[in-house]
Amino acid sequence: MTVLAVDGLTVEFATERGTLTALREVSFDIPERSIVGVVGESGCGKSTLINAILGLLADNGDVAGGSMIFEGQHDLGQIGPEAMRALRGQRIATVFQDPMGALNPVLSVGRQMVNIQYRSNLSQREKAARAAGMLRKVRIPDPERQLDRFPHEFSGGMKQRIAIAMALMMEPALLIADEPTTALDATLEVATIELLHDLQRDIGCSILFISHHLGVIAELCDQVIVMYAGEVVERGTVRQIFHRPRHPYTAKLFECDPARLHGRSRMLPTIPGEVPDLRARPKGCVFAPRCHRVTEQCGERPPAQTFESGHAALCWLADKPELAEVQG
Amino acid sequence: MTGDTLLSVDDVSVTFAVGGLAARMAGRPTSIAAVAGVSFAVGKGETFALVGESGSGKTTLARAINGLQPVAGGSIRFEGDSITEHSGAAMKPLRRRMAMMFQDPVGSLSPRLTVRALVTEPFRIHGVEGRDMNAETERLLSLVGLNMDFADRYPHQLSGGQARRVGVARAIALDPALIIADEPTAGLDVSVQGEVLNLLNDLRERLGVSMVIITHNLHVVRQIADRMAVMYLGRLVEQGETEAVYTAPRHPYTAALLSANPEPDPDLARDRITLPAEVPSLMARPNGCEFHTRCPWVRKNCRTEAPAAAGEGDRRFTCHYPLQPGERPPKTEERVHA
Repeated sequence: MTVLAVDGLTVEFATERGTLTALREVSFDIPERSIVGVVGESGCGKSTLINAILGLLADNGDVAGGSMIFEGQHDLGQIGPEAMRALRGQRIATVFQDPMGALNPVLSVGRQMVNIQYRSNLSQREKAARAAGMLRKVRIPDPERQLDRFPHEFSGGMKQRIAIAMALMMEPALLIADEPTTALDATLEVATIELLHDLQRDIGCSILFISHHLGVIAELCDQVIVMYAGEVVERGTVRQIFHRPRHPYTAKLFECDPARLHGRSRMLPTIPGEVPDLRARPKGCVFAPRCHRVTEQCGERPPAQTFESGHAALCWLADKPELAEVQG
Repeated sequence: MTGDTLLSVDDVSVTFAVGGLAARMAGRPTSIAAVAGVSFAVGKGETFALVGESGSGKTTLARAINGLQPVAGGSIRFEGDSITEHSGAAMKPLRRRMAMMFQDPVGSLSPRLTVRALVTEPFRIHGVEGRDMNAETERLLSLVGLNMDFADRYPHQLSGGQARRVGVARAIALDPALIIADEPTAGLDVSVQGEVLNLLNDLRERLGVSMVIITHNLHVVRQIADRMAVMYLGRLVEQGETEAVYTAPRHPYTAALLSANPEPDPDLARDRITLPAEVPSLMARPNGCEFHTRCPWVRKNCRTEAPAAAGEGDRRFTCHYPLQPGERPPKTEERVHA
């Protein structure tokens, strides 16, 4: 079953200088028990995508087209605030970059973890036991005693694990993780990735994982979607995307990753040019103004071409990738 | 380090008061050392990177160097002047020579000032007169690769990378000898990150400015820093030439950090040194070597005796049993338990 099927999603914001199309015809599926990674530059629409899924778009934002079918029944763009509230925290949970922002500084961790079970009929004692059990799952030592402590008494990595424990408390079908490891050092980052991986298998949920860090995406995710200027320019399995990118943007983005350079380089590779103004998109392909393979055909918007097992790219040349094997 | 010393930090500690009367009565600690006994030096024209996780004391140390944070002990000398003896107004002339780039590229720019006003603000703050501000704006923007079309924009009209460039322009406005950059590429995607790092490398060559870069991105460190230091619980556990540290880390924490660094290949065989994820609290520093609670190589005396800094010249490490090149952690059963 598909946990979330996003089809043709378009999100617009009304601004003083005209309508801004933040997401344009975005389509992808999050299958059951899978981890889907989202990569793309700042401003490519990753946050808008999360907010659209959670029903948290700003007042001037609007789902102008398409659908987001959750668990085969609810269209998240249509169900309204009441039904959305019933899903959030229960069936769809989130973990953000800053764990301190997700935890209440004046309540003990145990109190917060009991409070978020407000829909459950368990007794207080049972709820506290579940909270301690969840802390154990995220590998917090001596969990019963930790319930009485306050967020500031934990280190950054532990706070993030507590935030993960709270998000997974109600065993959601979908966890949205927005840059959850950005503030951690490399040793805690890999520990957190491994933890998320284990919990995902254990609980059987799916994860939508957003990160700048291509190494983390490569290590954790089953599938990857690549976004540019509010469009999904490429999607596929993690191996298809990292080993055989078909969109020039994906290939360029990987070339820019300093993790691929094994030694010091005088000039780091970059992608020349700027992301287009989302109020005035180029008529044809959205990446054409910065693309090193641009042709006359690119003045017209390319169709999504689909290849073996769901690998799709929004490019006229997707069937002729460059020397595709990007060196790892 | 080669050449003349620009900045020298000698045995510096920064403490914060915590708790209050209740903590004192209960016998709990009433202060924590966010930075403890840190020593390093930065030469003219050199880029020095401070690496460590959030909360390890990097930003506090940077603020102490800039005089924004009083130190509890030790001394900091910049261009021969002691920073630790100055305060308030006496710091102002020193800050002209030492620019700070704060973490959040957009948040560190006033939203109500235009780019023109932002890049010339350092001249007004330091009372530099008799310059053509229009010419200065053009000069600074061109140094950071922006054209004059940006001069009348506001911060919200800039992308993250452009905002960072404006931050760099402000930092170089008064021709400083040192730039302290706190996470200069955090939140930027890889292509824009590359642009900012190329810009900083380029300015270093053209202006001869020294830099202290604070980051937890190890890939960035390798591309930009001549020398680096690794911080753990407010102490420097290892420092040296960047390539030397990457090639043969001597401290177990450095080795674990370098081996953990995720690489963008889903099929890579990963040979990692895994550490327990429990980082000790500054409120309760471990006895002996402070890394012993997580160290895979821990031996009996590590739990009781604090190691002294060892090494030669620039290469320093604080470990009883520094690693040999390629040394792997012992199997659990081989470890010596106290």
